[in-house]
Amino acid sequence: MRFLFEKRKSTSVPALILVPIVSFLVSLVLTAVLLGVFGANPFRTFAAMAVGAFGSSHGFAETLVKAIPLMLTGLGVAIAFKIKFWNIGAEGQLTMGGVAAAGVALFGERLFPGHSLLFCALLGGLVAGALWAGIPALFKTSLKVDETLVTLMMNYIAILYSEFLYYGPWRDPKGYGFPGSRMFSADAWLPRIMGRAHAGIWVALALAILLWIVLKRTRWGFELQIIGASQKAARYQGIAVERNVVLAVVLSGALCGLAGAFEVTGISHRLQQGLSIGYGYTAIIVAWMSQLNPLAVPFVALALAALAVGGDQVQMMMGLPASMGVVMQGLILFPMLAGSLFTEYRLNVVRTEQKAACPDPVKE
Amino acid sequence: MEFLTSILTITIRAGTSLTVATIGEILTERSGTLNLGVEGIMLMGALSAFATVFYSHSLVLGFLVAIGIGGLLALLHAFLTTTMRANHVVSGLSITLFGTGFSSFLGQRLGPATNNFRLVGLRAERVVPLDSAWIKQIPLLSAFLNQDIITYSVYLLLPLSWFFLYKTRPGLWLRAVGEHPQTADAMGIDVTKIRYLYTVIGGMLIALGGAHLSLSYTPGWSENITGGRGWIVIALVIFSMWNPARAVWGALLFGGINAVQFRLQASGTSIPANFLNMLPYVGTIAVLVLMTWWEALSKKVGAPAALGTSYMREDK
Repeated sequence: MRFLFEKRKSTSVPALILVPIVSFLVSLVLTAVLLGVFGANPFRTFAAMAVGAFGSSHGFAETLVKAIPLMLTGLGVAIAFKIKFWNIGAEGQLTMGGVAAAGVALFGERLFPGHSLLFCALLGGLVAGALWAGIPALFKTSLKVDETLVTLMMNYIAILYSEFLYYGPWRDPKGYGFPGSRMFSADAWLPRIMGRAHAGIWVALALAILLWIVLKRTRWGFELQIIGASQKAARYQGIAVERNVVLAVVLSGALCGLAGAFEVTGISHRLQQGLSIGYGYTAIIVAWMSQLNPLAVPFVALALAALAVGGDQVQMMMGLPASMGVVMQGLILFPMLAGSLFTEYRLNVVRTEQKAACPDPVKE
Repeated sequence: MEFLTSILTITIRAGTSLTVATIGEILTERSGTLNLGVEGIMLMGALSAFATVFYSHSLVLGFLVAIGIGGLLALLHAFLTTTMRANHVVSGLSITLFGTGFSSFLGQRLGPATNNFRLVGLRAERVVPLDSAWIKQIPLLSAFLNQDIITYSVYLLLPLSWFFLYKTRPGLWLRAVGEHPQTADAMGIDVTKIRYLYTVIGGMLIALGGAHLSLSYTPGWSENITGGRGWIVIALVIFSMWNPARAVWGALLFGGINAVQFRLQASGTSIPANFLNMLPYVGTIAVLVLMTWWEALSKKVGAPAALGTSYMREDK
């Protein structure tokens, strides 16, 4: 008996939907085993996680709080991955977005009266994220410098820079040594809808739909699809590959920057420690589990946010490390990666005795 | 001279883990597998080595466990990319995400009850560098000799891996698989086997580099002990143009940056510490850009042609 993979004529839609769901279940089983090894009851743990994330209005609001940045960075990563630009710098772009928004909110009060301050802070975050992503994009298109490394190294630089600001020149003199800037004026606060969850959720949802329309229904989206499938083919079609790559990556960075701007204007109302807590890396999981489809991103982001909130809950209730949630997130990707083969390929089991009768499928 | 010798000593010590891991990643990438899981594998190597030594008091066992864990994680990557044809970039990133989360989880769980189940802040047996008084009298050379056993193994590993890759038949097979798997396959080389083999060996060396961090370079285990070294390793592979003989220069350069940073911090400079800490990352980007630019100018291509692509005989 032999196993052969045969390429499907078109991607299998059932596999496209089933693979992420099965992956999620497999990761639950793997985590259950892990919990068992460390002497915790997996069912009680999962129940505690679910109750923590969805069981109360406070829990649900906290899940939304984490889902908003995951949606935006997930969308950002998805659009970059779509053209095979491996942007793993969402964390840094988010941080720079937060820094710029905080800068505008702290020092722009005189320039931008009333609620225009909030608008300009958000815009500042958007632009900063876009510029921070633009640097590796330009290096990539002009010199072919590997973007994974540059985007990642720029995360460290951005985080160190933000630390420098809130420990140094921007530190609140009346903050009793607390590492953070002073609080923004209320004009720069994003309205809240439920608990700490803020209006950014509507923007994130709207952007998900908008991005889907752009990718599926516009000429530019079509060009990006071709670039993603084959840069060579795109060049033959006369598509300006370099310009489109830079544009898409800048858009990707802008979405991540907006996520950072939302964090400071919607949640903390100041620049402080805890702006960069790994959303940009979880975004990679969000994007890949969504199969790079913007419409799927909000759902996956919500699920992963629930895992994170549930993880925190478990830490408080059962004394398990909060990184439990991170481990689970990591475990989702492995079955997902193994399973994605089935969306493109069909598994054929060939009986050895039949081989003589039919022509060898390898040589077709 | 004494100052230079002391800088060089720190540089080599800092460069050891980078060099071992770089050689590991070069072997991996030469087979055509791109493994971006280096950071995660190093973190798991550092953690498992430290935890093992803490409980067993055996350094040898610590290194062996780390090597085993590194091999297992690399095996997972090889399975996903070679057998399941998963995207190399995303599979490697998953290994890194998982390794980061899992090492931090274990670090808060494997410790003794007296330390609240944490491993951080504990002391265990360490690999002690040679510290001979009469070697110390030789300037410069003593920086190379007064080192620990892992550094000494690197001195051996560097020429050996170069010789293996360029002067032996299995080395030629390895390069062939990374350059043109179709041709290698037609020559009768088992592409799948080679890719599995060198990805796993590479993962073992990468984990050894991680183990060196927690057992020799730093005074114990701490969360995120690598601080991005795994990513610097991937840059070093590009910097060395996939040639192990050149891996040493890059590792020394980055070890040197670490040493300078260390020295400056100790001397109480007016430059804020955050900017000093940016040096390795800015340095990586600068080196990467210069290197790519130079490669384009000199029309040299160092990367194996089939790097990061899965090979499927049925596809054609």
